[in-house]
Amino acid sequence: MAQGVFAITEQRDGELRKVSFEAVSEGRRVADGLGTELTAVLLGSSVDGLAEELKKYGPDKILVADDAGLAEYTTDAYSNVLAELIQSSDPAVIIMGASAQGKDLAGRLAAKLDAGVAMDCVKIQLENGNLTYTRPMFGGKINADVEIEGAPQIVAIRPNVMDTTEAAKDSVIEKPAVQLGEVKTAIVEKKMETDDKVELTEADIIVSGGRGTGGDYAGIEALADALGAAVGASRSAVDEGWRPHSDQVGQTGKTVSPTLYVACGISGAIQHLAGMSTSKYIVAINKDEEAPIFSKADFGIVGDLFEVVPAITEEVKKVKE
Amino acid sequence: MDIVVLVKQVPDTESLVQVADDGVSIKKQDIKWIMNPYDELAVEAALQIKEAQGGTVTILSLGPEKAIETIRTALAMGADHGVHINDPAVEGSDSLATAKLLAAALKDIPYELIIAGHRAVDEDNYQVASAVAELLGIPQVSMVNKVELTDGKITCHRTIEGGTVVVEASLPALFTTQRGLNEPRYASLPGIMKAKKKPVDVKTVVDLGVDAALVGAANRKVKIKSLSLPPERQTVKMIEGEAASDKATALVKILHEETKII
Repeated sequence: MAQGVFAITEQRDGELRKVSFEAVSEGRRVADGLGTELTAVLLGSSVDGLAEELKKYGPDKILVADDAGLAEYTTDAYSNVLAELIQSSDPAVIIMGASAQGKDLAGRLAAKLDAGVAMDCVKIQLENGNLTYTRPMFGGKINADVEIEGAPQIVAIRPNVMDTTEAAKDSVIEKPAVQLGEVKTAIVEKKMETDDKVELTEADIIVSGGRGTGGDYAGIEALADALGAAVGASRSAVDEGWRPHSDQVGQTGKTVSPTLYVACGISGAIQHLAGMSTSKYIVAINKDEEAPIFSKADFGIVGDLFEVVPAITEEVKKVKE
Repeated sequence: MDIVVLVKQVPDTESLVQVADDGVSIKKQDIKWIMNPYDELAVEAALQIKEAQGGTVTILSLGPEKAIETIRTALAMGADHGVHINDPAVEGSDSLATAKLLAAALKDIPYELIIAGHRAVDEDNYQVASAVAELLGIPQVSMVNKVELTDGKITCHRTIEGGTVVVEASLPALFTTQRGLNEPRYASLPGIMKAKKKPVDVKTVVDLGVDAALVGAANRKVKIKSLSLPPERQTVKMIEGEAASDKATALVKILHEETKII
């Protein structure tokens, strides 16, 4: 019978991504609850150092698939190798990040293993040995509690939501030989934006602008700089061509869960609210006191964003000094 | 090139979504139904490729009777024909079962390229397209915002956190769309008239040769136990003050001292 928990980690350019620690920490919690072992799984090329780093989060075992062909993520090689590792260990639960990688991988792996997937989960609950996964649907308008029949159960967790917990252990590291299998895709080029730009889905703070900006994001960018935040945008701002598509927050853009979300000149269309409603704190700044955004915010300021936002930036700088 | 586009009918993103009395499904009465916005990008991408190099565009959709409207919309945009998996037995299928049904239908449709939205904005599962690619044994590239086709290969710009990866795949292949790929066209009036006469094949579980015990609501691997509305936030605390600077000072004080974010 299937038993044990797998936490599939994610590395890029020699660094583990934060969602990996979230997956291992959540995996530890689930494994302890089920009274079973946690195995962290790491795929990459020359990643011994990263395996050491994973010990901090307390897996019993770390499976390292080290191969030059795994340096960069490709759906085929990663899903082939993972399917092989999963089939030989027969885990009951597989946890991974619902990142760009996890969202690409989960469906492919599910079809290989004939398994069910709970995608983009924000909570895992254990009761009487049964796992229930809470996942937003309709872009966050509804929460679904789901259970998965059969094994393995694949669960992809929303980045930035689950806590990371250090619980260092002298984990056993195993490096099984792996077969990449048939690979029909090749990475030709990787174009990363400048390092200092914070990615929306991983940001701790987001300052977002909507129609009320009239396309002028200077004040919003200055506040984001002062806070070390990422800049987001509403759909209308993206449709106007003021911001790139990659900045869009909402049901047809990115779903974000920062600690602080500052909505500037965003009225709060239902499809926007859907994409940011799991933020811990929401601040709304809008000149219209009737704007729906205020009904979803923790703190609100009625006023002209071109006056209020620069004033906040000044205050933030003072506090940070 | 023969292209198949996977299309799903979903509630309009501006719709309020409410939990039905059974607690496990949504109220369907007052919803306006639209083509999944990412699928519109997929239809547009297929039409642009067809216009550049010829071929056919087939729309494949699984859904109830009503889903024909969405297939007709895609035909009105310029697609050539439709295949509609419409059978009460498949209603409520989960992602993997849906993928099995679509893959079964694809055995009878010629294709070199399959295009789909990277997710449907109803259940937000992000799985059907990847699972279809696996079941067909073809490569996939997800969340693509730029695509080029050259002799037997497809080059896709795949969006990831903080950047883009350029991925090359051999054909036949599947890719999923991301915002920024194109601006979907609207159906023209002549297009709408023509669409009424374009052929749409209806397929049932029996036609597809799929075991009915693998599909439908009763056979989900992923069982919905309950649906609920997200917890309401506490009432907003409005920050008052004479000048903008007073409000700013008060807000930053709260963020610094109470929430300890700054």
